[in-house]
Amino acid sequence: MNINKTTLSFNEKVIFSLRSLYNERGYSQYKMSKFEEYDLYAKNKDFLISDSVITFTDTNGKLLALKPDVTLSIIKNSVDEPNTIQKVYYNENVYRISKGTHTFKEIMQVGLECLGDIDNYNICEVITLACKSLKQICENYVLDISHLGIITNVFDSFNIPSESKKEILKLISEKNTHELTSLCSSLGLNSTQTEVINAFVTTYGKPSVVLPKLKSIFNGIVDIAPIEQLSCVINAIDKDIADMINIDFSVVSDTHYYNGIVFKGFIEGVPSSVLSGGQYDKLMQKMKRKSCAIGFAVYLDLLEILDNNAREYDVDVVLLYDDKADLRKLNKQVNALSNIGQNVYACKVAPSKLKYKTLINFNDCEVDTLEDDA
Amino acid sequence: MKTMLNVALPKGRLGEKVYDMFEKAGFECPSIKENNRKLIFENEEVNVRYFWVKPSDVAIYVERGAADIGVAGKDILLEYEPDVYELLDLDIGRCRMAVAAKSDFRDNTQRTLRVATKFSNIAQQYYMSKGRDIDIIHLNGSIEIAPILGLSDVIVDIVETGTTLKENNLEVKETIVPISARLISNKTSYKFKSDQINEILKEMASQMEANK
Repeated sequence: MNINKTTLSFNEKVIFSLRSLYNERGYSQYKMSKFEEYDLYAKNKDFLISDSVITFTDTNGKLLALKPDVTLSIIKNSVDEPNTIQKVYYNENVYRISKGTHTFKEIMQVGLECLGDIDNYNICEVITLACKSLKQICENYVLDISHLGIITNVFDSFNIPSESKKEILKLISEKNTHELTSLCSSLGLNSTQTEVINAFVTTYGKPSVVLPKLKSIFNGIVDIAPIEQLSCVINAIDKDIADMINIDFSVVSDTHYYNGIVFKGFIEGVPSSVLSGGQYDKLMQKMKRKSCAIGFAVYLDLLEILDNNAREYDVDVVLLYDDKADLRKLNKQVNALSNIGQNVYACKVAPSKLKYKTLINFNDCEVDTLEDDA
Repeated sequence: MKTMLNVALPKGRLGEKVYDMFEKAGFECPSIKENNRKLIFENEEVNVRYFWVKPSDVAIYVERGAADIGVAGKDILLEYEPDVYELLDLDIGRCRMAVAAKSDFRDNTQRTLRVATKFSNIAQQYYMSKGRDIDIIHLNGSIEIAPILGLSDVIVDIVETGTTLKENNLEVKETIVPISARLISNKTSYKFKSDQINEILKEMASQMEANK
């Protein structure tokens, strides 16, 4: 099969390169049906980015949904056995509400999930693959990493009421220290405790600088095992990749589903995060699984903005012929142009909106160039 | 090499005040003070580009990355919930989001409360937190006349001095949230232009500290 790479869109090239990247690390493709039983989403609505789902009744009366998410289906169909690891990647369309239009949109998503007996190596591998995925898209990228474990430890140690936890997480995600400080004071936290919570906003940057700082802030106040885990995992990552990682606690995810390391990937030129992932053992438990899991998704719909390959011309050559043209000679002429790499649009009258480099008139005996914009 | 930092400023008096803060922070752009109808101003020496936009649009420009940073009212941030960082409370443009009604208004909890507002999301969330059933009447201006004409029972709107309310025989019944101008940043820009953004953040915070 001969594939001309110039005919591929940016997103198609990204999909192919990510698939081969995940294959290299032993991940196998997980192909799934477009539909899933609605019940799966109804039970885990908070896990979905938007809780609206397109539903329909199947011929057997079952209520089905067009997939708004892939992870839940992968968990549902995963093998839950001790001492096993399942590594899968997917490349699927999901159906979600678009924030801009408030209507359903089909979104192409590529991602991977590592389920089973997760250890630090698996976490390290997934983070490495997340960074490499971003690098395939653009050299100038950043992966922000956070650890929900340390936030949870601080909440527990300071006895933060459950209704305030969500609010604190929201303010941390906004890097909003002014409101975070006043919320801490309204919760009756002392200045040291407020400072510790504010550290989630004010302490960010390169792991080599930030992690020792975080250890000194949290040491003696809470269990710092999550910070130790972050250090252990990031230290094991190759330097060229680790250089693109930032510790940033503004990456927060729902603590009912996620527990350990969570991360978001940013690319210069795309206004929001293009990659999002983390460890979601709590979701696994909710779905009655004993094993753990970590994964991420790349939002391909956001990458269209990077596609600079807008073609200046629709075709290279428009070849005009008339009713008298010898069919065999005409066909030969089109093939000849095609063989030298030209896109040829053969027609009797050139469509008015078609942009072409060269306009050629075909006579039985000769070819006249009428216009040449090359 | 530093890249150009795009700043969305809200048109009007608040925007002019905010620009003065940027200027004091070392990000001056003298052409912005020229009396003309231009909307975009640039100073290549300090790598900054300002543009005036409708105050309610600042958050959209920043969220979508057309501006790296901007200044928006907390009312807009609460209403539209843009996915941005809220870096600093600039403590200017202070006012409050409030529920106002005719002075003789008494809430009849046996029926749905009719609320006229420009801020549907804020009103909805506020009454939801109180478990009160409401009907939102979305208006784009002259909200104050809605209770007078019997269109609504109450209004949810921004109150600065309360003069407009008073002149229309209305009064504040409850304060929902205090409002002020906030420095916001696009999330991606914060990753790639963090030095410039943090420099502005630091300078502005110290200006505010000095003014205390």
